[in-house]
Amino acid sequence: MARLTVRCSTLHAARQQIATRARSATELTQAYLRGLRSVEPAVQSFIMVDEEGALEQAAEVDRRVAAGEHLPLAGVPVAIKDNLCTKDLQTTAGSKQLRGYMPPYDATAVARLRAAGAVLVGKTNMDEFGMGSSCENSGFQPTFNPWDTERVPGGSSGGSASAVAANQCIVALGSDTGGSIRQPASFCGVVGLKPTYGRVSRYGLVAYASSLDCVGPFAHTVADAAAVLSVIAGPDTSDATSSHRPSEDFAAGLLPLDQLGSKPLAGRRLAVIQETTGEGVDPGVADALANAVSHLQSLGAEVDQVSLPSFAAGLPAYYVIAVSEASSNLSRYDGVRYGHRAEADELRSMYGKTRHEGLGSEVARRILMGTYALSAGYYDAYYKRAQQVRTLVQREMGAALQQYDALLCPAAPTPAYRLGEKTSDPLAMYKGA
Amino acid sequence: MARVVLQLRCCPAAQPGLVDKYEAVIGIETHVQLNTRTKAFCSCPSEFGAEPNTNVCPVCLGHPGTLPVLNAEMVRKAVLAGLALNARVALRSKFDRKQYFYPDLPKGYQISQYDVPLCEGGWVEVVVPDTATSGTGEVRRLGITRAHIEEDAGKLVHAGAASLSGSNYSLVDYNRAGVPLLEIVSEPDMRTGAEAAAYGAELRRIMRFLDVSDGNMAEGSMRCDVNISVRPRGQAAFGTKVEIKNMNSFSAMQRAIEFEIARQVELLEEGRGGDIVQETRLWDEGRQCTYSMRKKEGLADYRYFPEPDLPPVLLSQEQVDGLQASMPELPAAVRARYAALGLSQYDVLVLADELAPAANWVMGDVMAAAKELAGGFDALPMAPAALAEMIALIEDGTISGKIGKQVLPALLAGEGGAGGGSVRALVESKGLIQISDPAALAAIVDAVLEANPKQLQQYREGKTKLQGFFVGAVMKESKGRANPAELNRILMERLNAPPS
Repeated sequence: MARLTVRCSTLHAARQQIATRARSATELTQAYLRGLRSVEPAVQSFIMVDEEGALEQAAEVDRRVAAGEHLPLAGVPVAIKDNLCTKDLQTTAGSKQLRGYMPPYDATAVARLRAAGAVLVGKTNMDEFGMGSSCENSGFQPTFNPWDTERVPGGSSGGSASAVAANQCIVALGSDTGGSIRQPASFCGVVGLKPTYGRVSRYGLVAYASSLDCVGPFAHTVADAAAVLSVIAGPDTSDATSSHRPSEDFAAGLLPLDQLGSKPLAGRRLAVIQETTGEGVDPGVADALANAVSHLQSLGAEVDQVSLPSFAAGLPAYYVIAVSEASSNLSRYDGVRYGHRAEADELRSMYGKTRHEGLGSEVARRILMGTYALSAGYYDAYYKRAQQVRTLVQREMGAALQQYDALLCPAAPTPAYRLGEKTSDPLAMYKGA
Repeated sequence: MARVVLQLRCCPAAQPGLVDKYEAVIGIETHVQLNTRTKAFCSCPSEFGAEPNTNVCPVCLGHPGTLPVLNAEMVRKAVLAGLALNARVALRSKFDRKQYFYPDLPKGYQISQYDVPLCEGGWVEVVVPDTATSGTGEVRRLGITRAHIEEDAGKLVHAGAASLSGSNYSLVDYNRAGVPLLEIVSEPDMRTGAEAAAYGAELRRIMRFLDVSDGNMAEGSMRCDVNISVRPRGQAAFGTKVEIKNMNSFSAMQRAIEFEIARQVELLEEGRGGDIVQETRLWDEGRQCTYSMRKKEGLADYRYFPEPDLPPVLLSQEQVDGLQASMPELPAAVRARYAALGLSQYDVLVLADELAPAANWVMGDVMAAAKELAGGFDALPMAPAALAEMIALIEDGTISGKIGKQVLPALLAGEGGAGGGSVRALVESKGLIQISDPAALAAIVDAVLEANPKQLQQYREGKTKLQGFFVGAVMKESKGRANPAELNRILMERLNAPPS
């Protein structure tokens, strides 16, 4: 197990230090870079660490703070999942196909972090194009869970989760298509937030499944996650699917403990989704959920059980939609304009060789499945049907949320498993996503 | 091949009986580039003729993470066109992805519309000129199945510069990638090449009157793909359908169709109907024949599915009504107005055609210039007669449209005087007169062919795509002044001449 060498610091604390000039952004960045380096060999959270760039950004933040600018994330070291484009900074989405690819632009979420004074320390490891739940499908390296380096950090945003857990940064950005923030946050014991689709612009997020992809934060505390979301959320003219609702201060409603009464959740109605607690859920996970329920009850909430029968069909429908969209989204990696290109005598073989060499086996599997699902004669049975199931899930969820303030479920059916435990069984891996 | 071609070419005239025995069924898919300032889904300029790969950005190059954002102007122009084609405009339509791999297609899919197009079910009334009498033409109403919006692909340039001579490189120019297109699909309502040409010409007139496209076939801003089959008269079932592409004028389209009808009729007459297969054939302007490009083996599976990056296109009835109300006078109305004045059908057609280019200039560049002046049109130093003279120079081929655009700023500043010869003097003094003289052009063509023996040999061995390379080289040699139509004619003559 890796030792945590930097004292766990929250965004709130860092912001205080910078604002009161107790510490400069440069000093904070230097300290975090030292900590990052010391544990990196043991956890391998990063595909690329940008020390030079981080120090330049920190110096710039110091100048801006000195000039009297108010920056909500002044000097906060952040790690960025490697499927978010960073201008002139390698962005691979965990794929050999994009090794050396330098995006000509910043993703909207990244640009907003920079503008808010955050310092980007590096790009984190992930399952290739977001396809996986353990970081073992990275085209470059595995990442190890900081709490037990023989176990996986989860995925696909495993590098961001482990970087926050190992204090290699204060907060991080990840992306969630079918659990890729929530599951690694659970495996690594940090806060992970998957916002509503459209809340954060997808512009610059390397697409996996466009109708499901969401950008969201990892943090040590809910307040920190709220602070990051406040910065990255909001409409974006570059993403036609982004919500028109303006961003807000999501931390505004969070009160310090001493200002809360004994029953702060009195009058709140919550419900556990029955279908997420039965067979296949690890006893430890079930216990954790039960403990959370009692805790919420002790705070005054009323906790029911609710049945959402469409949930059983939700996972297969999710996979059909995700792989279908992925098969289309990944067509652009053809070796013509950027990324890896194989040498071949003619066009067709160049395409075939390029994609064979550049894309990993899980990615190939999902492209094949998605291509099949969208093929003439199969479209109605798979893609169309999956969309119908999606609508059912949406309706049931909507109806339940009319009745309850919030629904509860475990983030994943198991805690972090050992490396290699599920790699030979893709189906088991899909269920644990 | 050449022998057969000659024989077939005179077929319909030589055997008039066959014309009555068979009937052709013709449908046309027309791609019209909408002349919006920017591309369909990004803010790159959509102009034609820029240096390769200069009007590009991460979005239209399909970089990872980029997303399309719909150009509202594209929808506006497409709705105008749909209304002018008497089509129903859908208040709710959507985009779909059409998927295939090709180097000119940056994302591996084209954003198009599949099962819910913007416009459906319209018609266009055309006058099919009666060449025999040059008197009144026949008025035909031709059905429009649908019109939908989509993005154009880039362009492959084979063995571009001289320094690539002999190499097997193809270069991709993505300037055109993402340029907005309106694809207009006709019903299979046409029966002759003349009808098809009249249909194409009328579509172009409408697009020009609406100022939604310049309809320039040579520059590719209007492209027609013709589907054609032949059946014995009286038979209800369609014959086997063949697609013809690569016609860069309506007269070429007419000739291509006439050739193709004759080819198919001859095969049927010889009892070789089985030799008519589903395929794409290209029109060869030089040899005046069609030749097979690729056979269609079953239907291509484009795996269409709804584009998840774009919300549905929503229009209000008020918006559509507003566009309907803003509709300028259309060619058919202009024709009716002139006809009411007692003009002959011929004069009416010519006049209606003449109106379009002038309107385009005025509506476009001149309007823009006038807008920048405090006094508007009245403050423009240019005399109307100067504009008229320049349009006449373009029409008679003295200068190309592109050169016209180059000269316009000078005219707008008043340099063209009061017209009446002063515009001609201006372009002459600037050395911009188009080279249309066949002898002068032939000399340039011969020099280019001589300088590129390798490519010439490859062309003659069947690599006909090199045609573009030669056109480019001649254009370069003439500093852009070669008359494109004339250049093409002479070049094809020389390229396809038997080696001496």
